[in-house]
Amino acid sequence: MDKRERIVRRIAKELHDGDYVNLGIGMPTLVGNYVPPGVDITLHSENGMLGVGPYPLESEIDPDLVNAGKEIVTELAGTSYCSSADSFAMVRGGHIDMTVLGALEVDEEGNLANWMVPGKMMKGMGGAMDLVAGAKRVIIAMEHTTKDGGHKILKRCMLPLTGAKVVHMIVTELAVIDVTPKGLVLREIASDTTVDAVTKATGAALLVDGEPGRF
Amino acid sequence: MNKVLGSAEEAVALIPDGAAVMCGGFGLCGLPENLIRALHARGTKNLTVISNNPGVDDFGVGMLVRAKQVAHFIGSYVGENKEFERQAIAGEIKYTLVPQGTFAERMRAAGAGIGGFFTPTGYGTMVGEGKETRVIDGRHYILEAPLHADFAFVKAYKGDTRGNLVYRKTARNFNPVMATAARVTFAEVEEIVEPGRLDPDAVVTPGIFVTHVLKGAYYEKRIERRTVRQLQAV
Repeated sequence: MDKRERIVRRIAKELHDGDYVNLGIGMPTLVGNYVPPGVDITLHSENGMLGVGPYPLESEIDPDLVNAGKEIVTELAGTSYCSSADSFAMVRGGHIDMTVLGALEVDEEGNLANWMVPGKMMKGMGGAMDLVAGAKRVIIAMEHTTKDGGHKILKRCMLPLTGAKVVHMIVTELAVIDVTPKGLVLREIASDTTVDAVTKATGAALLVDGEPGRF
Repeated sequence: MNKVLGSAEEAVALIPDGAAVMCGGFGLCGLPENLIRALHARGTKNLTVISNNPGVDDFGVGMLVRAKQVAHFIGSYVGENKEFERQAIAGEIKYTLVPQGTFAERMRAAGAGIGGFFTPTGYGTMVGEGKETRVIDGRHYILEAPLHADFAFVKAYKGDTRGNLVYRKTARNFNPVMATAARVTFAEVEEIVEPGRLDPDAVVTPGIFVTHVLKGAYYEKRIERRTVRQLQAV
């Protein structure tokens, strides 16, 4: 199983029956492929749609129907549409149970940086700042380190923030980490790693409360 | 009362150089593409364009960007347009990034006569720098101002001659909120119908928010990401 599949499969276990969920662009979107049996969730797309369906067949393509990643999608029985203003009322108003987003950096206070790198052109935050400010639960889906092994989980984020004290859980190919008022708590580690290896790959202190579970 | 204009060309003839113009649409979905094409053809300059995205290089708001008609762009994400990026890096275009929900709510506030609002979005980030903050019930908020424009370009599915509008699927997006926030709102639609032909319960934008309605001459409805699935044998 590749890293991304391992990450999104683990996050899918956090879904509860009845949840309204917003999945970010890229890897987070894949969480929708692993919803556990018996769990019925409604996907929210911030451009103004509740109840996002799968990609269309070639014969079903409708240019008036896209998700927040500007991908063509379909509607389901029970889908509804709204304006972007109403859609963000759902987000900011605390009506979205969970959002899954990627990250460049996360720190032990739950600060998140995922929208810009100084010196590179600013492309915009889109809806990410609203999602982290408003969703009841913010889960980060990301690889544990950068491509050259640098830390992404830090004591303090260095990059400009998307939100301050907003992250609840971090899931990587190595670990499941809860952000708590005491700091980062290592809940689970991957079946093929060790607490030691996870600690070395992390740029902040990890609290271990008994033997971590395996995933 | 009849709000019907003959064409998009008639509409854009009312827009002077230097105007602030809102354009509905999310990416390339639900774009007032006929009004944008007409404004491009007219060559109106020094515009402030308020739209979630600046389109792509050769379509949507991107047409105005490429023709150097846009002095200032206000939106939430500008990552899909190479020419925009070139002008931004060269300092040829000014741009302001606003979180998407704040963007929508600032226009909602403008249309609803609200002088500003406190939002948690962006607190503790660059977006909150220099803004008034307040703690309400233990949460931190920042003060955001209403966002007005001189003109709004809105795309709806159908409209009646009195300016009542209905939308279709996610082509709704920012269109209804922009319709409320400008001094003059042009709505382009795929079909104009007589009063009484739209279900009053289904109207999303009541005609009071629409100054003029016109039938779009041609809709390309370009698709930005053509994601399809294959039929699978069961």
